[in-house]
Amino acid sequence: MARIIVITSGKGGVGKTTTSAAFAMGLANKGHRTVVIDFDVGLRNLDLIMGCERRVVYDFINVINKEAKLNQALIRDKRCKELYILPASQTRDKAALSMEGVGEVLEELGRDFDFIICDSPAGIEHGATMAMYFADDAIVVTNPEVSSVRDSDRMLGIMASKSRRAENNQEPIREYLLLSRYSAERVNRGEMLSVEDVQEILSLDLLGVIPESLAVLDASNKGVPVILNSESTAGQAYHDAVTRYLGEDLPHRFLEVEKKSLFGRLFGG
Amino acid sequence: MSTPATRQTRESDPCELKSSVLTLPVLKLHDTDIDQIAEHLSQKASEAPGFFHNTPVVIDLTPLEQSDAEVNFPFLIGRMRGLGMQPIGIQGGSAAQRESAELMELAVLGRTGAGNRAPSRKEEKSPNETTSSKNTLLISQPVRSGQRIYASGADLIVTAQVSSGAEIFADGNIHVYGTLRGRAMAGIKGDVTARIFCRNLNAEMVSIAGRYKVSEDLAGQHWGASIQIYLQGNKLVVEPI
Repeated sequence: MARIIVITSGKGGVGKTTTSAAFAMGLANKGHRTVVIDFDVGLRNLDLIMGCERRVVYDFINVINKEAKLNQALIRDKRCKELYILPASQTRDKAALSMEGVGEVLEELGRDFDFIICDSPAGIEHGATMAMYFADDAIVVTNPEVSSVRDSDRMLGIMASKSRRAENNQEPIREYLLLSRYSAERVNRGEMLSVEDVQEILSLDLLGVIPESLAVLDASNKGVPVILNSESTAGQAYHDAVTRYLGEDLPHRFLEVEKKSLFGRLFGG
Repeated sequence: MSTPATRQTRESDPCELKSSVLTLPVLKLHDTDIDQIAEHLSQKASEAPGFFHNTPVVIDLTPLEQSDAEVNFPFLIGRMRGLGMQPIGIQGGSAAQRESAELMELAVLGRTGAGNRAPSRKEEKSPNETTSSKNTLLISQPVRSGQRIYASGADLIVTAQVSSGAEIFADGNIHVYGTLRGRAMAGIKGDVTARIFCRNLNAEMVSIAGRYKVSEDLAGQHWGASIQIYLQGNKLVVEPI
């Protein structure tokens, strides 16, 4: 059975879809059969970030409504053969996401894949609760900023009581913190919450710290998950995060301001 | 073409039946002499003039159960109504007493065992009576934003943090062995002796038996410190601990 991972946050715009794409690509590149599902019905973005928006025929809602088979809706990634994408519907309503329907699709996928990544929409409404309901692991994407931290805290509370594992009194969802858009310089200047500040409120296992990077916008525009840009700090940080998720203990990078050599300062970089 | 979610909409129902927990005054009868009862009641009514104004009251017949004495319900009800009470039902009593109550269309409520206090708190508690906390609700996970924890008839102990946006309530005392950032309300049923203890005061609001302070009022020398809060008269006092 596949491990179901939800990428959630509560707050919008913190980097869930970027993280879902990067994580899915990272796991698949390490040889694990991975499928990433867009739960944001009506505001789908995952297909854009993955670069497969021109190949969408059927979507998640079609499969739930039995209008299409799963293998007709799944899009295989052109860069990595272990990676598949299940896009969301752009025209339907999130009300079409029924618990039974979602459960059935996840069960069918679970037989064929090692990892199922659920890209949650923002908020705590139906789409978000459906995305996290069946999860085994949760990666809570948080910006080092007060409203994002509070919303993540809210989402953690909801997962602790409203997930399937909580309702059936099973072992709770394994929660991880992914701090994104981190700027060591701003933290040093006292403008931004540090990792410790965030952890004081959330107290979670720190999966990774993704530094603010221009490469992320570039990646979305090109439809290439940022983890494939191995020169960018964000790409490298995502790669570290995937490695940590799979069990290897890596020290966290990009937490300190990089000391630039004279050469570096003169020629940027 | 998508069909709406197959949830039953209740907007078209004309009414709803729901269960509720209500606190009502109870009149315990030790005697069947209605005149004496009425005189005693009218004395009470004059002491608290605002209290009896079409006030629903439950008549407790438990002390008269053994003797199975006859209770003149029509007369009793008439006198009670005259004093501003609305008898709505009876509690306890022998079979015969219950039968005559039913003839007067009084509801027969759950019996209380003769001589032992009913465990439910739906009964009388006068507003300022202290609740002896027999149990403690222990929470050892962080209380996240948006969560509400209520220790009913008990003290509450939290051995982790209480996040901003979380609410914790107790009929008794509240202890937070962590940082308190949310709202903490102790003695919510009116226990003025309830206290709040916390290791790190960062609360949005604290309250004891309805008297409260928000974080703005709490800011000062005790902010971030290990403190206890209690009521002195009508004022909340914050002290290091």
